[in-house]
Amino acid sequence: MTDVSFDTMPAAAAPVRRDIGLKARYRAERRFRIYGLMAISVGLVFLAIMLASIVLKGHTAFWQTSVTLPITFDEKVIDPQGERATDANVLIKANYPKLAENALIAKLGIDPQDKAAVRKLKGFLSESSRVQLRNIVIADPAVIGTTRDVDILASANIDSAFKGQIDLGVDEARRKVSDQQVSWMNQLKADGVMAEHFNTGLFTFGASSRPETSGMGVAIIGSFFMMAIVLLLALPIGVAASIYLEEFARKNRFTDLIEVNINNLAAVPSIVFGLLGLAVFVNFLGMPRSASIVGGLVLTLMTLPTIIIATRAALAAVPPSIRAAALGLGASRMQMVFHHILPLAAPGILTGTIIGLARALGETAPLLLIGMVAFVADYPATPFDPATALPVQIYMWANEAERAFVERMSGAIIILLVFLMAMNITAIVLRRRFERRW
Amino acid sequence: MSSMLVLAIVLAIGLAAFIVGRQRAVAQNDGKVKPHSRAHYHGWWAFLLAVLPAVLVLVVWDIGSSVYLDRQVHAALPVQAEDGSPINEQLSAGLVNSLARGLRRLDDGTQASLPSTFSELQPLLAEKGVALATDTKDYMIPIAREANAAQDRAGLIGGVIAILLAATGAFYSVGAVKPRARARNNVEKLMLWGLLGASTIAILTTIGIVLSMLFQTIQFFESVSPLNFFFGTVWDPRFAAAGSGGSEGQFGLIPLLAGTLYIAFVALLVAVPVGLMSAVYMAEYASSKVRAVVKPALELLAGIPTIVYGIFALVTLGPWLRDLSAALTGGAPFIQGQSIFVAGFVMGIMLIPVVSSLSDDIITAVPRALRDGSLGLGATRSETIKRVVLPAALPGIVGAVLLTASRAIGETMIVVLAAGVAANLTLNPFEAMTTITVKIVNQLTGDLEFNSPQTLVAFALGLTLFGLTLIMNIVALAIVRKYREQYE
Repeated sequence: MTDVSFDTMPAAAAPVRRDIGLKARYRAERRFRIYGLMAISVGLVFLAIMLASIVLKGHTAFWQTSVTLPITFDEKVIDPQGERATDANVLIKANYPKLAENALIAKLGIDPQDKAAVRKLKGFLSESSRVQLRNIVIADPAVIGTTRDVDILASANIDSAFKGQIDLGVDEARRKVSDQQVSWMNQLKADGVMAEHFNTGLFTFGASSRPETSGMGVAIIGSFFMMAIVLLLALPIGVAASIYLEEFARKNRFTDLIEVNINNLAAVPSIVFGLLGLAVFVNFLGMPRSASIVGGLVLTLMTLPTIIIATRAALAAVPPSIRAAALGLGASRMQMVFHHILPLAAPGILTGTIIGLARALGETAPLLLIGMVAFVADYPATPFDPATALPVQIYMWANEAERAFVERMSGAIIILLVFLMAMNITAIVLRRRFERRW
Repeated sequence: MSSMLVLAIVLAIGLAAFIVGRQRAVAQNDGKVKPHSRAHYHGWWAFLLAVLPAVLVLVVWDIGSSVYLDRQVHAALPVQAEDGSPINEQLSAGLVNSLARGLRRLDDGTQASLPSTFSELQPLLAEKGVALATDTKDYMIPIAREANAAQDRAGLIGGVIAILLAATGAFYSVGAVKPRARARNNVEKLMLWGLLGASTIAILTTIGIVLSMLFQTIQFFESVSPLNFFFGTVWDPRFAAAGSGGSEGQFGLIPLLAGTLYIAFVALLVAVPVGLMSAVYMAEYASSKVRAVVKPALELLAGIPTIVYGIFALVTLGPWLRDLSAALTGGAPFIQGQSIFVAGFVMGIMLIPVVSSLSDDIITAVPRALRDGSLGLGATRSETIKRVVLPAALPGIVGAVLLTASRAIGETMIVVLAAGVAANLTLNPFEAMTTITVKIVNQLTGDLEFNSPQTLVAFALGLTLFGLTLIMNIVALAIVRKYREQYE
């Protein structure tokens, strides 16, 4: 009953509270929190927008339009004079695109005498048919005179039109694909011979001036060489340096100097490392320009501070009791470090190394200076051959005007990001899995 | 003998020394005398004694002989060309060297009956995929052949010396295996030197950076006065054709420096408030669940390569803003696709995680007691943050902002793609300006001449950039370090 009487007490009886602006202060508190949330969402929203725009622009790069045509390896086209037995160059220099063109004419039912229509066919198939058909013939000259089905890539413009990226509402004269070509395209599509396939060329082709035959093959190999060099050099050197600084060095001027140096190097702009590479490795030591070995060395120097800082943190996190126990049982200091401390610090070192490698993989600026912006069509066999790198390839495609290159570029960014994300996630998982609280 | 083969032989000798030395140590352990070191330390000591001196000699010999050969080539070059004009010694020596390298690709039969004129030689070399400059002269062929022969001789002598040294080391060290020999201490002493050597690489890198840029910069200042460089307001390097001695370009640093600082300022205007506020929220408000999601996401943002940001600015944001501004005025766009604002804004987004992770560390380092005191006196959390935590963390935050600024100044790919190449002096953030890093890239891509001021200026720019960021880093690191000590 007291509750009821309490509730029914007149409000005026409540003690009068001095107004100390509490409401305003609470409002300020709420506002402050909202600012914080807004700040975080700015970063995350931007991340989402950026990823979305790249994926939207780039996902089509993983598909490539090709036409399956019954190619007749006509002797009259390949070797009109019948000299191939005596002159090996005949098979190399033959007019292979003509074969593909003839097959297409037959398929579309165009009158071969209709010059205007045949001219419009020129830009329909990719020039890559030359290499493709030549390889078939050279591998097996017996194929001449027979007919077989071959997948021929469509040219970049037709590819864009097939994917629906070209606005057909625009006046015909102002777009790169004519109405005639569109109707052929639809005819081939209805026949089921023209279709999009997974674009393996994106991963295997080298540099090319034609979008449909350019890929990241050379860049992937170049990046792989460089990462291998960075791993082989930066990991042992970085670990050795950290062991010395963390476990052996006495505190004196010299170690202070090293420490200040490492911290500064970690903050030196990456382009400065490129200048160093150009002046020392290329000019002074005479190493080849645009080779992955120079890129690897430059990236090694750039990655070293990251690895050293991570390794030192990992070594410092191993409790002193382990050291005392090892020394107490008669191990030398070297044995203590290499038999006990290093294995316990390994997960932390590994995490730091992966993060350093990921940074090196995405680094572009220093590689531009040592001449990795090169048009390299052939796979590099060794790290001393000219090569490019994934981010440099992206940069080179960004400077191209054609829209098909923009598509390839976005596709390449997706691949690069997938690599980087895989590395970063591995690092995070490693850290979670093996992190030990002492 | 190629150095690789010699190295392989030396390593094989070392391996043999390791096995034999270890075997001997095991065999000597008869249980009477307690061995000082375990057997494999004897093996390693034998290996090191065999391999290390030999490899050192090999490296020194290689460097020495290539310097000597270079001198020989220079000495063999005639002072004057046939037509009486003086020849460029550096250039000719380079041609001889590439010719000598090309000759090595030919098989022995062709080598023996080498044609004496370059026009006959060229197709032979072209067949092996060796492309040579067309101004290679006939008289260079015998010099190149002589150089190759001398190189072979030097390689043979050096190889023999190295192998003999390795064998001597192996015999001596295997013979020195005794139960009481202090093999472990020896090995460990060498290891310690190795560790020390690895840690000096950081210093060597810094010295390398400074020296390499200093030399080229001094060379640059021989043709352009430092006064014109540091205080010139016009950047117009004028790529003259090589050797034509075309009109002098102007290399004024001021427009580049202004662009660099302006873009960095815009970037900090975006990054510092946003980054700081997210750090405050993450450190003071966010629940552990939110932290577990947001922190990796921000790390992801930090892990995206800068070229991706640059391309986003170039392909998406720049054109969008340009079209938007055109739509707003209904006519000409007042925001250019490549502009200070676009580059600065995107760079600011890139720097958000940098600011937030640096300040997160600094805010969490503020002692709990300060917060508790403020809260206990009745302050709200935001008041505590604004009046207690942030002032206490201020020096650290200043350091973090400085570090971020040095990142912004040295950032390359975003500005290369999004800031433009025209060296303007303007205050309008919607126009294009260029930066030091953009010009370094522009001056050095695709050009092979290294003694024209047009390329050397890149090193002067690089040194300026290095100096600028170095000062900022040192000050920032000193502030952060001092701040940490204050609360530890």
